[in-house]
Amino acid sequence: MSVMKRVSMMFRAKANKALDRMEDPRETLDYSYQTQLELLQKVRRGVADVATSRKRVELQINQLQQSSDKLDRQARDALSVGREDLARDALTRKAGLQSQLNDLNTQYQSLQAEEEKLTGASQRLQAKVDAFRTRKETIKATYTAAEAQTRINEAFTGISEEMGDVGLAIQRAEDKTEQMRARAGAIDELMASGALDDMVSGPHDDIQAELDRMGAGHDVDAELARLKGELAQGSAPRQIEGTANGGAAAPASAASAGQPAPAQPAPPVADASPVTDAEPADQPQAGDGA
Amino acid sequence: MIVRILGEGQLQVDDSAASELNELDAKLEATVERSDERGFASALAELLARVRTIGRPVEPGALEPSELILPGEGATMAEVRKLLAGDGMIPG
Repeated sequence: MSVMKRVSMMFRAKANKALDRMEDPRETLDYSYQTQLELLQKVRRGVADVATSRKRVELQINQLQQSSDKLDRQARDALSVGREDLARDALTRKAGLQSQLNDLNTQYQSLQAEEEKLTGASQRLQAKVDAFRTRKETIKATYTAAEAQTRINEAFTGISEEMGDVGLAIQRAEDKTEQMRARAGAIDELMASGALDDMVSGPHDDIQAELDRMGAGHDVDAELARLKGELAQGSAPRQIEGTANGGAAAPASAASAGQPAPAQPAPPVADASPVTDAEPADQPQAGDGA
Repeated sequence: MIVRILGEGQLQVDDSAASELNELDAKLEATVERSDERGFASALAELLARVRTIGRPVEPGALEPSELILPGEGATMAEVRKLLAGDGMIPG
């Protein structure tokens, strides 16, 4: 038999069974109304629960994103001082975080969708419950117990279907938030245990420590690299003009511009570089003069 | 006739659409019979899309039961089987 007919029959059977249990049709109205109000409460709690879960995931996403940004900065810092090994380390850790982040983002979207669905279900149920209350008062005021039966059955069957639908939505949302809670809890535990910290920055943030250690020399090196870069750029066109005269100096300047990459202790570099730099800087002027 | 899409609400659909919907429903039923999860997903999506296109939303305060009830968007075959299996499944 067709899927949609079978589903409809299941819902109808459920309503009929509930109706059969009721002895006084008028009592049915009040009892059903109570049940409806309870379900409304339940669906509203469901919306709040999903929202709480969603916010928790959002918080975790923000934390992991910050860690990921930090690793990105570290990778840049490491590269700027020529430590590709450190940069690679930072990027590897970042990639590990990224997969967690992707997972959390998927969860976030699914919770958001669930929240919207449940909010819609709550609004639809609210509208039906309001209608039911009005209908209930009319039936009670207008009809005798015998006459009321059919009207009551109609109203009851109609709202029972909505209640079944909302009930399913609540169940699904509960299942989902339960799963999310378990996963969010696992990530919180990871964070608390420091395992995730290790992933972000090593036990004592070894990448940062290494970068800090190089701090003093790093400033000087970076400054030197910048100066060399400026000089190399400034002198390049003149070197072309002066190739005949300064031919020997040009390769030297290119080599020295490439030099600062391996980070060496500051003093030797500081001593060596001005000397090598001074030559190409002077050379073109000499070439111009000739 | 009134058609309910679970999780979405009720839609008023012209009676003349019945045979078309029955055809789509038969396709859906066939996928359940041969446990074709993929086919099920696309057949369900097709049926729901058609109902949404030809249906008009029923006013929210209406208390009429639906003639046909459809599983919601993204429902899995397992969920639908559970729905059909026992009377304990539908809460409320």
